[in-house]
Amino acid sequence: MHDAPTEVLTDTYPEEEYYGDLWRVTGGQTDAGLARLTVRSSATCTQWMKDYGVRFQPALGGTLHLGRTNAFFLGGGKALINEYYAAAQRLGIEVHYDAEVVDLAIDDGVFQHALVSIGGEKREISATALVVASGGFESNLEWLKEAWGDAADNFLIRGTPYNLGKVLKVLIERGADKIGDPTQCHAVAIDARAPKFDGGIVTRVDCVSLGMVVNRDGERFYDEGEDFWPKRYAIWGRLVAQQPDQIAYTIIDSKAVGRFMPSVFPPFRSDSIEGLASQLNLPVERVVATVRAFNQAVRPGAFDHAVLDDCRTQGLSPEKTHWARAIDAPPYYGYPLRPGITFTYLGVKVNEKANVIMSSGSPAKNLFAAGEIMAGNILGQGYLAGFGMTIGTVFGRIAGREAAVHARR
Amino acid sequence: MLADDKLAEGAHDPLVDGERIMRICNACRYCEGYCAVFPAMERRLQFTRSDLNYLANLCHNCGECHYACQYSPPHEFDVNVPKRFAEIRAQTYRRYAWPAPLAAMFTRNGLAVSLVLVVILVLAMVAATLVLGKSLVAATADPAGDFYRFMPHEVMAGVFGAVFVFVALALGMGFVRFWRDMGESLAQFTRPDALRSALSDVLRLEYLDGKGAGCTYPGEERSQARRWFHHLTFYGFALCFAATVAGTIYHYAFGWKAPYGYLSLPVVLGTLGGIGLLIGPAGLLRLRLRSDPATGDAGQVGMDVAFIALLFAASLTGLALLALRDTSVCGLLLVIHLGVVMALFLTLPYGKFVHGIYRSAALVRYALEKTRPIANAGLD
Repeated sequence: MHDAPTEVLTDTYPEEEYYGDLWRVTGGQTDAGLARLTVRSSATCTQWMKDYGVRFQPALGGTLHLGRTNAFFLGGGKALINEYYAAAQRLGIEVHYDAEVVDLAIDDGVFQHALVSIGGEKREISATALVVASGGFESNLEWLKEAWGDAADNFLIRGTPYNLGKVLKVLIERGADKIGDPTQCHAVAIDARAPKFDGGIVTRVDCVSLGMVVNRDGERFYDEGEDFWPKRYAIWGRLVAQQPDQIAYTIIDSKAVGRFMPSVFPPFRSDSIEGLASQLNLPVERVVATVRAFNQAVRPGAFDHAVLDDCRTQGLSPEKTHWARAIDAPPYYGYPLRPGITFTYLGVKVNEKANVIMSSGSPAKNLFAAGEIMAGNILGQGYLAGFGMTIGTVFGRIAGREAAVHARR
Repeated sequence: MLADDKLAEGAHDPLVDGERIMRICNACRYCEGYCAVFPAMERRLQFTRSDLNYLANLCHNCGECHYACQYSPPHEFDVNVPKRFAEIRAQTYRRYAWPAPLAAMFTRNGLAVSLVLVVILVLAMVAATLVLGKSLVAATADPAGDFYRFMPHEVMAGVFGAVFVFVALALGMGFVRFWRDMGESLAQFTRPDALRSALSDVLRLEYLDGKGAGCTYPGEERSQARRWFHHLTFYGFALCFAATVAGTIYHYAFGWKAPYGYLSLPVVLGTLGGIGLLIGPAGLLRLRLRSDPATGDAGQVGMDVAFIALLFAASLTGLALLALRDTSVCGLLLVIHLGVVMALFLTLPYGKFVHGIYRSAALVRYALEKTRPIANAGLD
């Protein structure tokens, strides 16, 4: 949040608005205290990040409506992490690579030591305090399958294959109180041709609002023109996950070319809807009928992608409520879409000091959690663009500070 | 996949992989704030050979985007913009070279070739002085520092004038070929606003500054070292050139004959420039040899080192000549210095020097493009 324009954000994004947005996307499934803490603390995040060498840039070209609410760091996530590692190195902090926590010894809510495998060799490391920031379980396909059933087979994971949720599982087994629904996650619609893991940002396809989206059976299933990118971005992964075979196809015509962030994969392309449908292995007649019905339902309006315009359909189910224009200007283009899981929300319960709460209800005094592993406290469902970073930064700082305070006692 | 694929030279053509990489970068855009390459990229949805030649010449090979990249190895996408662009640049240097047959020099102009060229030119000049009946080893230093007793002024000026005209023509033709490849008209090049903007970028080395933070060169840590050494080299070269111009004006306009006094304009300019041309190239060489092999094109080390070495040698022999012009080694030093300078000039259009021409032209294009509306580039 910011109450005045900053170097990296335009206008203002007051606490009430930010909190309101969060309340809306989560449908109220949020810990109000922690949510307000996150929103308020976000105001000091950019300066703190800059102090550690992180650099920011104006909102990226092609990311409409984000300059007010989202600060972009230069170079992306890896550049950010590089700066933090460099800062840690300057402070003389030892970093072990290719190392994983295998088990944690927690007695009566007090962390004792961690069993760590470093280059295949097991070591016991004891500490007066522990901060866990080991992510969700989005890369653990078996765990995803427990939650989603066979549908999980068709999910793509946008990040590293290493987020297996092992520490999360250990913490829960050792008595930490868990929070969140295992099917809840931040998921976006990405190109179905993306690699199973780590396709990252370039696999997103955002031309949903400029055309129409059909499922495996050639039927539309949701209002493509409901809202702007941040909201759309946050819901379409889940929408596709709920379709048969967890796949969907976005279809646009030449009017849409150049109006959305380019995708890394070239679109399928044909001079006819029939041709495109058969390239996409869709039932041709069904798709042709869906497009025809859509085109007939489009009401005249003044197209403006920058506002919720008056271009809409009438008489369809579901309607397309904005930016609806007939798909009639060949060549036609299609992108196959799959759910791309960014991170899962199931995690451990924490308090405002980032202490992990044990199932007894009392906080573990020397055990702290930050990031995706505790994001479920604030994100019960839904997503706000950039909010994972906010939670990670805010609670990373809190957890670090509180762990240091505890260790000094 | 190139939009104008007819000329693709197969999978080993860096342009083919360059296009693939740009498509990935254009879908990501997180590096937008690093340099001119990425904003220029974002104006496009497809990347033709000409686009890639342009973008590659906007890149100054700092490696910042590579260290930041989430798609660099070990990621399967294997993105490496600085390395691929370095390869594409090398290809453009050969493609635009004039006259075309001399493009082959780019692949052979390592340090050894430059040294051989220097030796040949020195020997040729020794032979010339003998033919002209001059003795290089004067028993006495009299008249003090008079270069023309070893080689008549008309000969020196005539030979170097001819070399200069040829070099200027070759560089000019290279520029024209690059400019045409980008699809720009020469009339556009002379637009004052774009020229001013590009000149400011070039003279301040805007993109080596990293908005004050410097560049990740030679390694991942940011520093201004490359920018300052480049400044010393560039302005050193410019001052030496200015010294020559001043000397020419003295000679022809005022009839003042060399040698000039230590506090005369040509000597002061040349001395200052010479000092810059010692420190600058030495620093650049040190950085180049320590530069991260992951972000560069190993095939170009020879070309880079040869240019740096010739600049350094030209300055060293020039300053030595100045210091010892009143001694008996004056004649010998003179032909060595002239041989080095001629080797430097003859290799200018076929070595690292051309980066200055193409990068500057690319920056003019960049300034021109910024004044044009963006059509169809995902910016709705």
